[in-house]
Amino acid sequence: MEASDLAVVARVKAGDHDAFRHLVERHSRSVFRLAYRLTGHEQDAEDVVQEAFLRAFREIRRFEARSSFATWLYRITVNCSHDLLRQRPRAGTRPSLDDPDLRVAAELADASAAADPMRELTSRRIDERVRAAMAGLSGQERSAFVMRHYEGLSIEEIGGVLNLKASAAKHSIFRAVQKLRRSLEPLGELKP
Amino acid sequence: MTHLAEEDMVMHYYQEAGDPARADAHLAECEECRRRFEDLSKTLQALTAVEVPERDEAYGARVWARLQPRLEADRERRPWWRTLAAAMTWPRLAIGGAAAVLLVAAFVAGRSSVQPPARTETVSAEAPSDDARERVLLAAVGSHLDRSRVVLTEIAHRNGGGAADISGEQATAADLVADNRLYRQAAVRNGDRAVAAVLEDLERMLVEIASSPSPASHDDLARWREQIQTKGLLFKVTVMGSRVRERQQDAVPPRGAAKTST
Repeated sequence: MEASDLAVVARVKAGDHDAFRHLVERHSRSVFRLAYRLTGHEQDAEDVVQEAFLRAFREIRRFEARSSFATWLYRITVNCSHDLLRQRPRAGTRPSLDDPDLRVAAELADASAAADPMRELTSRRIDERVRAAMAGLSGQERSAFVMRHYEGLSIEEIGGVLNLKASAAKHSIFRAVQKLRRSLEPLGELKP
Repeated sequence: MTHLAEEDMVMHYYQEAGDPARADAHLAECEECRRRFEDLSKTLQALTAVEVPERDEAYGARVWARLQPRLEADRERRPWWRTLAAAMTWPRLAIGGAAAVLLVAAFVAGRSSVQPPARTETVSAEAPSDDARERVLLAAVGSHLDRSRVVLTEIAHRNGGGAADISGEQATAADLVADNRLYRQAAVRNGDRAVAAVLEDLERMLVEIASSPSPASHDDLARWREQIQTKGLLFKVTVMGSRVRERQQDAVPPRGAAKTST
């Protein structure tokens, strides 16, 4: 039987640093998923995964089990993602498909290789619009929405991660949905 | 008829509404709200279609392989007193770490420095948080280095021609030896050779001072002065004490600061 997170944390705190491996292997995928939803970029999400576990290792002596290890790790992941987004230059440093001709050519090339080109193209359009709409949310709104909508965390858990009361967590989700709807309202018709 | 507010609809969609039965009943009978709820649901369902790049079962192992060297490097930079904190149980710290319970009280009162405490056998019934433990430990180490510096300064400045009564310094030195040994062992375990070397020199000096006859002879005093000067022991202990005090001030949480622990 696998040791619980709390048992592994206790081992790490007692000096068995290699035990941290179990926590990394157990939680990497969910940390990546959350980081990707928050940053919108695969490489940024990979960087956040590394930074979040490094920070968790450094701070593990502060973890006092008032929440689950996963919730604590989510909080670190959210903070790392926000830090990265604050540091990230606005434009010009990433390879971009902003040139409309290049963009259409790339989309057509990719879509024609797919089993259902129209569906693939529509899906890609939705991804882009959602990413742009998500970028218009504040860090707190984005985090609260991602944790509720994609990760299925309860309002209480979201409040725990973001240090918010339940009412404030609810309001953050509501504001996020309002903003997303304004940006994406016709999107329901585009559903692939 | 009172329609559902937009916020109520959002919470109903996420099954977080305070009264889901009332919302369901209203949606069943109100066409306008039902249409608004369907629009909301369509948009949110379209958002769900956005996918995350897949990570396979072995992803965690790959993350660990990249992370491990960084953790190793990080561990090498870890302050030596953390090893002591991790290795010691709270009662042992309270007894061996120079009156930690009194020091906790000093920290709770918001002081960033403490006076050298009297030794006590009091043991706290409840273990403190790791943060509090580190602050206590830093205070204990800082106090130890301060008291050691005072002993070395007194010995180094005894310039009289004959024997001298050093019974006060001897009592303090004897009191410091056991704690010094613990701190030195922590530094060795942590691989902090420079700190361990200073603590080893200090321990030798403290043992020699504590075990010599009093009054100390002119020759003993001259030899100790020379050892202190040659090894730069007083300077090193002063520098270490300053660093611990700086770290101690960093470790005191500012008033009203949000806690990061959980």
